[in-house]
Amino acid sequence: MKLRARLWRWADHRLGLGKIWRVVAKHGVPPETTSARYGWLYVLGFVTLGIFLLQILTGAALVTRYIPASESAFESIRILTGEGWSGRMIRGMHYWGASAMILFMAFHLARVFLTGSYKYPREANWITGVLLLVLVLAMGFTGQLLRWNQDGLWGVVVASQYAGRVPFIGDFLKRLILAGDVVGGATLSRFFALHVVIMPLMILALVGIHLALVQYHGISERPVPGEPVETATYRQKYDELLEREGKPYWPDAAWQEMVAISAVVLGIMVLAAFLGPRPLGQPPDPASVPSHPRPDWFLMWYYALLAVKPRGFEHATMVYLPIVTFLVLILLPLVRSTGERALSKRPIAVAAAAAVALSLGTLTVIGYRGPWVPDLDTPPFTAAELGDVPADAATGALLFHSHGCQYCHAVMGRGGQWGPELTDVTQRLAPGVITERIVKGFGEMPSFRSQLTAEELAAILAFLAAAAENGS
Amino acid sequence: MASMDDAAEGRRRFLARLALAVSGLAALAAAVPLVAYFVRPARSAAAAWRDLGAVGDFAPGLTRKVVYPTPDPDPWEGTAVRNAAWVRRELDGSFTAFSIYCTHTGCPVRWVEEGGLFLCPCHGGVFDRDGDVSAGPPPRPLDRPVVRVRNGRVEIEVADVPTPG
Repeated sequence: MKLRARLWRWADHRLGLGKIWRVVAKHGVPPETTSARYGWLYVLGFVTLGIFLLQILTGAALVTRYIPASESAFESIRILTGEGWSGRMIRGMHYWGASAMILFMAFHLARVFLTGSYKYPREANWITGVLLLVLVLAMGFTGQLLRWNQDGLWGVVVASQYAGRVPFIGDFLKRLILAGDVVGGATLSRFFALHVVIMPLMILALVGIHLALVQYHGISERPVPGEPVETATYRQKYDELLEREGKPYWPDAAWQEMVAISAVVLGIMVLAAFLGPRPLGQPPDPASVPSHPRPDWFLMWYYALLAVKPRGFEHATMVYLPIVTFLVLILLPLVRSTGERALSKRPIAVAAAAAVALSLGTLTVIGYRGPWVPDLDTPPFTAAELGDVPADAATGALLFHSHGCQYCHAVMGRGGQWGPELTDVTQRLAPGVITERIVKGFGEMPSFRSQLTAEELAAILAFLAAAAENGS
Repeated sequence: MASMDDAAEGRRRFLARLALAVSGLAALAAAVPLVAYFVRPARSAAAAWRDLGAVGDFAPGLTRKVVYPTPDPDPWEGTAVRNAAWVRRELDGSFTAFSIYCTHTGCPVRWVEEGGLFLCPCHGGVFDRDGDVSAGPPPRPLDRPVVRVRNGRVEIEVADVPTPG
């Protein structure tokens, strides 16, 4: 016998490689999942898993230099990012990898929903997937906190506010998250333990179950209109399909998955190399109030939702919406476990998916614009900029800035977006009306009665008149 | 034969239950210190007062930010996790403090002295000089930590991150 064959036989007898190979790699998959066009829809879960493994590697690398102490965390990231090219690269790969993982997980979820693959007998595949979704989002959130910069520090406070709203046990949960009554020395350690040990172990366990279920139930076949899933017959039909037309998973279906994950990993590396990791921002400092705290992109839609929802719906958006969304996702395969899988027969599912995609997209765009955010960095108009205007108009420009008007109102293209643009307000409203609104407040605008003298008011009006003049 | 099989089956059932009961008890026993350890930091700390400086450090009518250590500081926390609040010396000599946490989602509010406003940078919440909501999403006025004057020193009671709602 040749040496190679003898070696293989030795290993096979001891490790059971042949049997494992036949079960894991040579099992049958439906023919469409191997087609050069349609098959790409079936690589998304594999890609998510591949990125997760990359995250474990880059994460383990980061942990070797990150210091999870409140005093040193920010500085340790600054140093590890700056040391040689590899620090920036590894942190960049971890950052872009996290984004890619969330993105591909979302695509995977959308694909499974749209092909109706969550139906019988794959309900538990879906439910473990939803639990993974929650954990991965939580990983994203805790990960951005570990930067322990201004956004991270205040992100912890915001997280505690959410926990505090949970009925009955809110106060306890809040202290559990903060490890005390306020953000303290133990807080960061808590998030570090969650992000680096506790949640990754939970994800690994769930991924194991998820994959075992995928293996056990097989990849769902392409939905056919008019052929609904029925509990009594599905299994037999599926087995017959594989018997008749099934293709071996390796390499017929797997090659696309390997190509896809390779492209994604290289894409992550290109992004890390050219764009680098997310800028570290300002060190955590409660003595300096940040001017633009923002979550990472995958939570931007939610950040926007919190701003645009009507007042009084805090509990609804911050407690019940997440709980209800979670329950709907968990219950979906249980209440819709049979029936049509094809899109043409599921108009409500199509409408729901479109509505969710449109809402998330719109809210994300709004979140990045953030028109409600006061423009705290806007500089005042100087006399030189205003040109040939009366002296009190120049004074008014300074007052317009110092009293906070300009944080919310733009004039001649400069200032906040929260209130109306005021360049030509003196042409739209009589001076008396403007004065009244400033003094008494108007709608969302606060009253400035106790903050402005009559002369100052007149100066601001003079400035607005000059702006109208300038703007026209 | 049948009776011997029954006996073996009975023994098997007993051993299965024994195994589950014993390991269940051991798991429960191990869980007690684990849960206790994890939950322990969640205990509420005793109230504490922090010195903010002499009365004379606060100009009458002005509102300024004060920064003070956490109730029971750990040696490794550095300056990153100090507490902060806005404190105003009123014209009548009394002191008022406003929590730095917006009542919407807990972002830090910024005081604009000349405008007489607290502005929140997250979702555009605006509070007037008394901490009442005047615009944006916050559901209730800013919290007011307790301040007092003792022997000519201004002191603040270290307060929790407020629970919303």
